[in-house]
Amino acid sequence: METRDRQLTPELFQPAGLGSQDAEKIAGPSIGFWGDAWRRLRKNRVALVSAALILVLIALAVLGPYLTPYTSDGQDLSRQFRGPSLSGFWFGTDNFGRSMFDRVWEGTRVSLYIAFLATALDLGIGMFYGAISAYNGGRIDNIMQRVVEVLVGIPNLVLIILLMLIFDPGILSITIAIAFTGWTSTARLIRGQVLRLKEQEFFLASRALGAGSPRLILKHLIPNVLYIVIITLMFTVPSAIFFEAFLSFIGLGIQVPDASLGALINEGAREMRFYPHLLVFPAIVLCLLTISFRLLGDGLRDALDPRMRK
Amino acid sequence: MASTNGEAVLRIDDLRISFGTYAGEVQAVRGATFDLRRGETLAIVGESGSGKSVAARSIMGLNPVSNTIVKGGEIVFEGEDLLKLSEKRMLDIRGQKIAMVFQDPMTSLDPTMRVGRQIMESLKQHLGMSGRRAAERAAELLKMVGIPNAEERLKQYPHQFSGGMRQRVVIAIALACDPQVLIADEPTTALDVTIQAQILELLRELQERLGMSIVLITHDLGVVASTAHRIAVMYGGKIIETGTVREIFYNPRMPYTWGLLASIPLPTADRSQDLIPIPGTPPDATDPPKGCPFAARCPYAMRICEEEMPGYTTFSDEHRAACWLHHQMAPNVEPPARIGGKK
Amino acid sequence: MLRYTLKRLVNAFVILFIIASVSWLLMQFLPGSPFNDDKLTDEAKAQLEAKYGLDDPLLVQYARYMGNLARGDLGNSYAYNGTPVVDIVLGKRLAVSAFLGAQALIVGTLIGILLGAIAAMRHNSFWDKFSATLSVLGVSVPSFVLAPLLQYWLAFKAGIFPIALFESWWHSVLPSAVLAIAVGAVVATYTRAEMLEVFGQDYVTLAKAKGLSRVAVVTRHVLRNSMIPLVTILVPLAAALLTGTLVVETVFSIPGIGEQFVRSIFVNDYSVIMGTTLLFAVFFVASYLIQDILYGIIDPRIRLAGTRE
Repeated sequence: METRDRQLTPELFQPAGLGSQDAEKIAGPSIGFWGDAWRRLRKNRVALVSAALILVLIALAVLGPYLTPYTSDGQDLSRQFRGPSLSGFWFGTDNFGRSMFDRVWEGTRVSLYIAFLATALDLGIGMFYGAISAYNGGRIDNIMQRVVEVLVGIPNLVLIILLMLIFDPGILSITIAIAFTGWTSTARLIRGQVLRLKEQEFFLASRALGAGSPRLILKHLIPNVLYIVIITLMFTVPSAIFFEAFLSFIGLGIQVPDASLGALINEGAREMRFYPHLLVFPAIVLCLLTISFRLLGDGLRDALDPRMRK
Repeated sequence: MASTNGEAVLRIDDLRISFGTYAGEVQAVRGATFDLRRGETLAIVGESGSGKSVAARSIMGLNPVSNTIVKGGEIVFEGEDLLKLSEKRMLDIRGQKIAMVFQDPMTSLDPTMRVGRQIMESLKQHLGMSGRRAAERAAELLKMVGIPNAEERLKQYPHQFSGGMRQRVVIAIALACDPQVLIADEPTTALDVTIQAQILELLRELQERLGMSIVLITHDLGVVASTAHRIAVMYGGKIIETGTVREIFYNPRMPYTWGLLASIPLPTADRSQDLIPIPGTPPDATDPPKGCPFAARCPYAMRICEEEMPGYTTFSDEHRAACWLHHQMAPNVEPPARIGGKK
Repeated sequence: MLRYTLKRLVNAFVILFIIASVSWLLMQFLPGSPFNDDKLTDEAKAQLEAKYGLDDPLLVQYARYMGNLARGDLGNSYAYNGTPVVDIVLGKRLAVSAFLGAQALIVGTLIGILLGAIAAMRHNSFWDKFSATLSVLGVSVPSFVLAPLLQYWLAFKAGIFPIALFESWWHSVLPSAVLAIAVGAVVATYTRAEMLEVFGQDYVTLAKAKGLSRVAVVTRHVLRNSMIPLVTILVPLAAALLTGTLVVETVFSIPGIGEQFVRSIFVNDYSVIMGTTLLFAVFFVASYLIQDILYGIIDPRIRLAGTRE
């Protein structure tokens, strides 16, 4: 044997004694699913910035009005259409002399509230429906899927418009309309995931070991479904924000004098030519929110998708 | 088994390849040395994660450009180091002088392109054949790999072929320009056992007929026995034993090789003897051990095994192994009865 | 293949039928009657309601509605003094909107494919990040933000484009541009994702192993396999175009059906609203149908069903 010129002592040739114990140690530190995901997410600077931004915006939406002595509906025609200034109104005033800063954050509150509520409803119904459909399988699954197919065939936009025509536009009706059209895609997604999980070996193994149904669901299904839910959430929220704003823009959503990001943008668009600040501020907030949620969603997807782990 | 001409067609010397990933540097190949002689089939045997596929792809330069780091070594073919060649030169070599067959026939073919056209691509690219001549040659190739009704089949899509047939098509594509070297990366792993045998038989026939050299990558020693001339055993990114088929099967010198042989189910074995799987899992490629990569799982491991990588001991012209057990200071160890001294 | 197409066609009609019925049903819940003019006395109202058949039993009204629909009669506009809705909805305004939309679709798709392809081929490089950023922006900045902004900067301030109305082709550029940006962003994101996925496939590695140059690999294998699934975004694209059109026509005062629709909401002209909504529904269902048919053509497995070895 060719060896380096190193002094080899006989004791080096004693049995190591470590052999089989270390063999079963899983090579590479075992962090677990969530730990690994967190590690990956942490490296994604864009996603982290987005998350921070979202938190900041939410904080401003809640605390904003406390930062100024003005209120969002305090009118004073003597100070209408003022531009933004650091000493006076930070975001300027609108045609009724109301502080835009306050109005924008109130609008953000309303929009976020609607978006979160609609998303919660959407995910709740969708998860429930999809999971039950997939878990039961067979005929129940078939019937439930037929129903979804028909519903999916009806275009979202059309349905939302129709719904908004009958209901009085308001926070609750918009929320329901958005959730009602969105839950079907969530249901499909969840069903797909549950079906896939059902096929997997660990599920069968668990069953073989005698784990009862509720325990199975809790311990195995839910974590594996959870990550899809989280990712979906990140994309459903901006979609809901968009729908609400869009509806308000075409007159089917929140109407003046109430504020929502969409309503404010609508007003602002009309006065664009002479008072751009009325459009710019709510527009920036809306865009920042949407972009942040999407980027965070992308980052989470990269971090949580098990296929991405090498 | 035909004897081989001693001349080396492909020589890999101390190859080191790593990948940059989010988890750190993955050292896939940590100093592999072996060569391929003209007209022979060299089997590279190892578990998944041993680095064998990476080494094979490195020959063709097919590792992903974005995160592959060539840390050292040479791959010498026709007097040139393939690792240092320009992409343009590599394009000439790929498909024409060195060709490759992949593991999963179900995904190796473009589902939207007719099979004939996929074969003709290399013919046109490398040999500049005209459409008609290329089609004729493609049909010949299909016949050569044992697909009946070649002319009709040329016009069909991959999904119209069964798994075994698709693999034959992949082989036909590889052979189109009559390469000197064929690299087969687990060509039968994804196939049924009976089809496996057919494909291996096909490869052997083709080798005899065309005289090409084959690098056969596999984790299955059973596959190796019937088709290879020489074997290189790879573990943890290193080649730990090489030798002729007889030498490895009848006189293996390294505990890992013993383990591999012991875990093959033998139809003739005494029922009372257990199958001995090798306990444990391969080492972490992001933090590889500084000694022998197999030390953690080796039942004969000594302290020095964990501290330093053993050098090679030569047992015959072809037979080398790297193991501290061969050092004069090491205790005398015989391979387990199940595989020792079989005749 | 034929059987497949027919099945999809029938499916489409069924959906439209359901939508029409649901619309009619929802219409019954519309608050108040269309005749809310205070000037009308109760008798006059009752007379008008009788004239429009609004006092017949529901089932009869439903049957009449569906019958009219089949004949292409969508009722008359309440706001425009009885002009048949069909004329309003299917007339010149539709052509205007269709033109804007088509222009945006073509330009947006081409640019999107280009950007997406560059991003995928230069994965993780500057171009990739640049294109990805543009795509995210394009998708996240809604048309109702982009349109007024562009109108302000490029038309009002810079004077390059006319501010509103549709008097020449040049008038259509800015509105179509806004739509094209939305389309392009979706297409680019999708193209990039698809191409990256295809790049990781075995057959691409095999193509490289044959010694094909990068260009050849992309043009002959990657592109075709990436573009084919592009068909899946046809439907979301249609949705984006539709919402975009509504916004853009309103902002730029373009005489298309989008502007018409928004206006009819404002004045509560229910029959026009319903008529236009039905038109939108047809548009969507048609895009679903086209998508399904394209799938059938493109996927050789479906196309050749029946010729299995």
